[in-house]
Amino acid sequence: MIAMTINLKSAATRVGLALLPIAGMACVLMIWSVSSRTWSTELPSPAKTWEVSKPFIVEPFAKRGELDQGILRFTWYSLVLVAKGYAIALLIGTPLGFLLGLSTLFRRSVDPIIQILRPVSPLAWLPLGLVLFQNAKPAALFTIAICAMWPTVLNTAMGVRAIPQDYLNVARVLKLSPATRFFKILLPATLPYMFTGFRLSLGIAWLVIVAVEMLTGAPGVGGFLWQEYNSLIYEHIIVCILTIGIVGFVLDRAMSAVELRLKAI
Amino acid sequence: MPYLELRHVSKAYDAGRSGARTEVLADVCLGVERGEFVAIVGYSGAGKTTLLSIMAGLMQADAGEVLIDGRAVTEPGHDRGIVFQNYSLLPWLTAYGNVRLGVDQVCRDWPEERRRERAEQYLAMVNLTAARDKRPGELSGGMRQRVALARALAMDPAVLLMDEPLSALDALTRATLQDEIERIWERDRKTVVLITNDVDEGILLADRIVPLSAGPRAHLGPSIVVDLPRPRDRKALNRDPRFKEIRREVIDYLLASARAASPSATRSERPDTTPDVPAARDARDTREVRDVREVMEVGA
Repeated sequence: MIAMTINLKSAATRVGLALLPIAGMACVLMIWSVSSRTWSTELPSPAKTWEVSKPFIVEPFAKRGELDQGILRFTWYSLVLVAKGYAIALLIGTPLGFLLGLSTLFRRSVDPIIQILRPVSPLAWLPLGLVLFQNAKPAALFTIAICAMWPTVLNTAMGVRAIPQDYLNVARVLKLSPATRFFKILLPATLPYMFTGFRLSLGIAWLVIVAVEMLTGAPGVGGFLWQEYNSLIYEHIIVCILTIGIVGFVLDRAMSAVELRLKAI
Repeated sequence: MPYLELRHVSKAYDAGRSGARTEVLADVCLGVERGEFVAIVGYSGAGKTTLLSIMAGLMQADAGEVLIDGRAVTEPGHDRGIVFQNYSLLPWLTAYGNVRLGVDQVCRDWPEERRRERAEQYLAMVNLTAARDKRPGELSGGMRQRVALARALAMDPAVLLMDEPLSALDALTRATLQDEIERIWERDRKTVVLITNDVDEGILLADRIVPLSAGPRAHLGPSIVVDLPRPRDRKALNRDPRFKEIRREVIDYLLASARAASPSATRSERPDTTPDVPAARDARDTREVRDVREVMEVGA
């Protein structure tokens, strides 16, 4: 009898817990709905948003025109651009992080520069990128790279500095060559920290792409968002926001899964 | 001439902000013959690890020198195998991988097959063939230390230095590993310097036991030859009068040095007057002179 009660209780708890996020989302929908009817009449209601956005969501891969495509197609364009910029950020950021961690001299000279560049918003970097490269695409990649780089740099450096002296002693005692020392000791020991940096960098890269697309009009979620705003189709803005959020969430989860696997070693 | 020799080794650390230098080791002299098993016994914090680091070449002495086969030691080398207190195994490599890392450094020109065989051979020697593909995280403390031992031995060092290798283990595992170390040593009769805080362990394993006085300014006391016949049976030793005698001697020295060290907490702040001809300031100093001479005589 008691066992049954406990089972019912735990089942109820589980159902309750699953319902909580749904309850939260329902609240948000309610606030949205009420807002669109009261203080912000320009804001489309949830029902209207769904109705107007249906062609984009229901046929996510359709391509009806350059600026009239399914939502997942737009997302794909953004992801491609992010992937390129993110790759550059990692390729530059990781060695930089290692240098910072390994060499006190390097750290002392470069750290102030990093601290100054870090807080600069992508919106400030983009014009500079346009000046440097005279072209929207490389400017966009430059902006993504330079904004997304910093978590990788700093976490990698921290990871290198956190390597236990024991492992470095092993390298000295076994007289490992610098290459062996790097690949067999430094790299595996720093990998968990590096991946934390990679995860944070990806988050920033995804954030930046939207801003960059809005400013350069490149096709993608951000570009679509800005274009729809100019076309006064506000429903699509909301859909874009939701898409951006969901994709960002999925990317973060994927990276977390990899990170956890590495930390378990 | 002793195979491994320490001549008047001194080492001091700067104590951060206060600026005072803590002299950890002062005038340490030791001679170890080839194939001899020497145990250095002392308190924790006395400077045992510092001493071993200097012997290994991981640290430089402020004064004095370390010689192996007549050549000075200035940096780590493959002629000295080291077993650390914290195993220092790489957690992302398997047991085989860790031993292989050592083998690869020493046997660069060997073909892959031979190197693999060598690593497996040493893993078998420490009875870990079954755990070959396990990571250190999946091994017990005793097994990890055995991997560390296999790695050190697989490099065929001239001298094996062990820094409290069994301190991190429980007493039962410790006993098992002590027996293994003795068994393995009997095979090759390497020159071994074992640093330990367990007097019994030192007497059980070593040919000669040398106490390290309590810090600061630790130095080696009179070495006592352990003339107990091998193989040494742990249970029988407990009843052996010679064992008890040696044990008493060592412990007496250690306790006396601790008592002498504690009332003179200000000793490290006095100017360093360690002369080559020590002035007999008190009874302890007179013993210092005698101890050094004894050690040199034994090692010569």
